[in-house]
Amino acid sequence: MNFLPVYKRELRSYFTSPIAYVVLTFFILLTSFFFYVFISEFSQASMSPSPYGPRNLNVTIHVLRPLLGNISVIMLFVMPLITMKPFSEERKSGTIELLLTYPLSDLEVLMGKFFAAFTLFLSMLALTLVYPLFMVLHSQPEPGTLLSGYLGLLLMAAAFMSLGIFISSLTENQLVAAVATFAILLILWIIRWVGPNELVRHLSILEHFNNFSEGLIDTRDIVYYLSFTILWLFMTLRVLESKKWRS
Amino acid sequence: MIELQGVNKFFGSFHVLKDISFKVNKGEIVGFLGPNGAGKTTSLRILNGFLPATTGRAVVAGYDISSQAMEVKRRIGYLPENVSLYKDMTVGEYLAFVAEAKRVPRRQRAERVQRVSRQCAVEKVRNRLIGSLSKGYQQRVGLAQAIINDPQVLLMDEPTTGLDPAQIVEIRELIKSLAGEHTIMLSTHILPEVSAVCNRVIIINEGRIAAEDSLENLTGSSGKGATVIARVQGELKDLKEKLSRTPGVVSVREAGQPAGEEAIDLIVAAESGSDIRRAVAETVVGAGCGLLELRPVRLSLEEIFMQTITKQG
Repeated sequence: MNFLPVYKRELRSYFTSPIAYVVLTFFILLTSFFFYVFISEFSQASMSPSPYGPRNLNVTIHVLRPLLGNISVIMLFVMPLITMKPFSEERKSGTIELLLTYPLSDLEVLMGKFFAAFTLFLSMLALTLVYPLFMVLHSQPEPGTLLSGYLGLLLMAAAFMSLGIFISSLTENQLVAAVATFAILLILWIIRWVGPNELVRHLSILEHFNNFSEGLIDTRDIVYYLSFTILWLFMTLRVLESKKWRS
Repeated sequence: MIELQGVNKFFGSFHVLKDISFKVNKGEIVGFLGPNGAGKTTSLRILNGFLPATTGRAVVAGYDISSQAMEVKRRIGYLPENVSLYKDMTVGEYLAFVAEAKRVPRRQRAERVQRVSRQCAVEKVRNRLIGSLSKGYQQRVGLAQAIINDPQVLLMDEPTTGLDPAQIVEIRELIKSLAGEHTIMLSTHILPEVSAVCNRVIIINEGRIAAEDSLENLTGSSGKGATVIARVQGELKDLKEKLSRTPGVVSVREAGQPAGEEAIDLIVAAESGSDIRRAVAETVVGAGCGLLELRPVRLSLEEIFMQTITKQG
């Protein structure tokens, strides 16, 4: 597996363009806004006297869970901006022609691009670790929920990215890639609202994340995210291959 | 070193390459000539593994491109037309990336980057972003990336398009300096480029090979396959008939009387590959005529090119 050259180049190109910084800044601004709102509500509630005696306020339920839920929603907006670039840009500028004549397999090129996008996401997510750290210093959030929540975010990010990269391999236009990715992710997100249908419930991205944010690691959810990721990565490989034939 | 055998390429129902076969030997510089849209770029893209052929076989450096693409890709360098490079990288970063992508062993990378930067004269701009370079410099960086893995085969698609005359001369010198250790195939529609750089020419027109020969043979400067002009004195009618029956001769026609001489010029066209000079001389003398002069007609590459592609069309 020789994906390192593409990986390093992709990562460099993320961080030399403004997009990484814009995305990072907005991600942190939004998540810290939500964190501030939840934590201040929580501290206010815990300070105010209750007519029914001392209340059992829980930082995991009242701050950590809603925060994880909100981070996942923000990811829905932010991920398409990260994944709109990898193939669309190379196709548009024509650099893909040289790249495909180098001794790199399609899989190596794809893995390089996927892991570069994932690394950018990891750096975003690493910054959000400040919030749990703050909670651990001043309260006792459940470590289990914390771990499962972040595991869920990672799995969900991989799923979002694989779809985004697949769509970016279909078009030369980055804007089209971003909008289409966002639209499809949104549909998969809100599909739950269709009704109490079992199939629809299993398809919903949101439904599968809920378990993670509640501290529950279910193999069904892991299988869902992993198979979603692998499916779209595989489809991307097919697209790369078929572009050669159709050109 | 490079071989295409009966290659056909369709884009949908559009037949781009029609049964193309040719061979390029080690160390040759071959000019791939043809009007725009003749199939030059498609042929090169089949050779570099970017496009697969619909039918037929392509062998580069001893490996079949369809089954051993990785082996081929390790051994070639490719310079596309309108080369697009990553504009957000500096020249040094970019060449280091290509060296790694082309699997140059880690220890040799720095030295290779340095060597090709020197060869292609891009040392001075090493730390500049590619996007800020002029077209000529970008072309040189393109050439540098092509040769960074010390390829056995170098494929170049119109290497001098968009350059100013001084840059064109420089790039040609550079290509010539690469000859010998590399087998080079370059496509172009600029004829002087071929005469300046190549030792063999393949002319392609409408997806077919129209001519394939050494530059000397094509232009007739070697005498083989050349049309000759014979200046003769004596009875013409008989001579013309005898000449046209001489083996190797395709046609005989009169070119008129040169001024101030009691003689006439005959243009004798030969079959390709046969040297008719001796036979013509013997026939003329045998017919009892005087042979005053016998010389091959030297055609320019432009004339040959026009002849070949109009004959086809």
